[in-house]
Amino acid sequence: MPSSVMPTPRRGDGPRPPAAVSAVGLRKSYGDKTVLDGIDLRIPAGSVFALLGPNGAGKTTTVQILSTLVAADGGHAQVAGHDIAASPDGVRAAIGVTGQFSALDDLLTAEENLILMADLLRLGKREGRFRAQELLQRFDIADVAGKRAATFSGGMRRRLDLAMMLVGDPQVIFLDEPTTGLDPRSRRTMWDTVRSLVAGGTTVFLTTQYLEEADQLADRIAVLDKGRIVAEGTAEQLKAQIPGGHVRLRFTETADYERAVAVFPGAATDEEDLTLRVAGDAGLDALRALLDRLDTAGISAADLSVHTPDLDDVFLTLTGDGATGTGAHDTPRTKENQR
Amino acid sequence: MSTLTYAVHDSMTMLRRNLRHAMRYPSVSLGAAMMPILMLLLFVYAFGDSIGAGMGGGRDAYLEYLTPGVIVMGVAAGAMSTSIAVCSDMTQGIVNRFRTMNITRSSFMTGHVVGSVVQTMVSMVLVVAFALAIGFRSDATPLEWLAAAGLLTAIAFAVTWLSAALGLISKTVESASNKPLLVQFLPFLGSAFVPAGSMSPGLRWFAENQPFTPMTETLRGLLSGSAIGDNGWISLAWCAGISLGGYLWSRSLFNSTTKR
Repeated sequence: MPSSVMPTPRRGDGPRPPAAVSAVGLRKSYGDKTVLDGIDLRIPAGSVFALLGPNGAGKTTTVQILSTLVAADGGHAQVAGHDIAASPDGVRAAIGVTGQFSALDDLLTAEENLILMADLLRLGKREGRFRAQELLQRFDIADVAGKRAATFSGGMRRRLDLAMMLVGDPQVIFLDEPTTGLDPRSRRTMWDTVRSLVAGGTTVFLTTQYLEEADQLADRIAVLDKGRIVAEGTAEQLKAQIPGGHVRLRFTETADYERAVAVFPGAATDEEDLTLRVAGDAGLDALRALLDRLDTAGISAADLSVHTPDLDDVFLTLTGDGATGTGAHDTPRTKENQR
Repeated sequence: MSTLTYAVHDSMTMLRRNLRHAMRYPSVSLGAAMMPILMLLLFVYAFGDSIGAGMGGGRDAYLEYLTPGVIVMGVAAGAMSTSIAVCSDMTQGIVNRFRTMNITRSSFMTGHVVGSVVQTMVSMVLVVAFALAIGFRSDATPLEWLAAAGLLTAIAFAVTWLSAALGLISKTVESASNKPLLVQFLPFLGSAFVPAGSMSPGLRWFAENQPFTPMTETLRGLLSGSAIGDNGWISLAWCAGISLGGYLWSRSLFNSTTKR
């Protein structure tokens, strides 16, 4: 794709909400390793966007480029209305970033960390202190405000990290794998925090390798694999992109099985297990219709199970082999033979 | 606020941060004073009689000769601790946080360097006090003391910028603590402990031409009244050169490195 045309794609400003983040053809290589191979993004203001991908897909690099930590080799991007290359300070004034590793000053106390941020944001002494207190309360670390950050647990460090990011009340926040390494309870807390931020109008750009997280939080999800965006849409749209849900019927009698094969000619068959997979959505009506057809034909099934596609299916289908990275080609791992 | 006021404000914020670290961990600052104090004790009480005799005096004469040398060495050693502080900061996420904020870029390094110079000067006050306590006497006028403080600040500033750059090229805190050893050792190969003239010819050439010798000689002149000659200007030129080099090197390293 051409990456040098169109400095600012500003068409279609009509009914669409303004983009908080937009990128066209972003590229980045380290040596001869291409990390980002031309990615396009458009994130409406006030929404949550999840960049989903396995390790090494280029998620962190994307965040680093958009947050002005690293310069892109090609392409253009705007964050909060500022070009990342032409006006990095404008971008910096509008964003908050939380990386994979807590960005705290371990030698300072929680409160001192927050006041350091306030001072760097030039908030003034009184407002800085006020803001620090407010955030200490909000993130439930007021009781340890005078303790050094080095003594904090992982969950507390993340909370302080988030609080530090929010001192400046950023318009756009970047969360790079915000829940990696957190226990399930801290993860839930983080999710609640993200939701409350969005409720306040903040745009959230988060990266994650957890499908559940993207599904829970994001308005839109892009799947990043090997430096390319391989799919983008809402969780529902992505689920619709892969082979749909099915009902699995298992029989004990070969005769029943064979008659069922005749009744459902399109179904995937498995002669050894005497099972049949009937494609279609798993809604109640569809299920009732299916059972009616079995009844009418006088077939008795031993067992019935319903399978709805989840983002795991999407992920593994789109990124090839998610776990091992060896060539699984286009065979979706979670699917058995389809026809 | 203008760009300059921003730069000063941000640098002051960073300086406060570094001084707070120093106050919270006084062992680092005290450690910077401990080394020269131990050197004074060792060289005066263990070697003082024989070295002093070799130089045609006694222990007291050697104390007078040695003190300026130990102070210069102490400044160099103290300033080099910056590399550890800088490297330790660079391996933590906080630097990336600073980089994604709309703050004056240079303030991070400026805060470190100025903080380290302040720390070094405080520990040098302790060293001078100790030297006076064990019998060092100076005939320096207040103006000469002031000039001595100015010279030491310039040396601290120069070595600290160099040290900051060494901290930036170090991948780990361990290697950051090793790199400055060479600089800390350098005053020994000058006129800090014995006159350069007493060394073997090759070493003597090196001793006479390395930066710490004119610095030591200038301080000695200010505190003990020996001849300074051109050493004052040579010292200041070295300080300016090392400062500028260290600053430019640090700046380009800081702007190009992202760790983690």
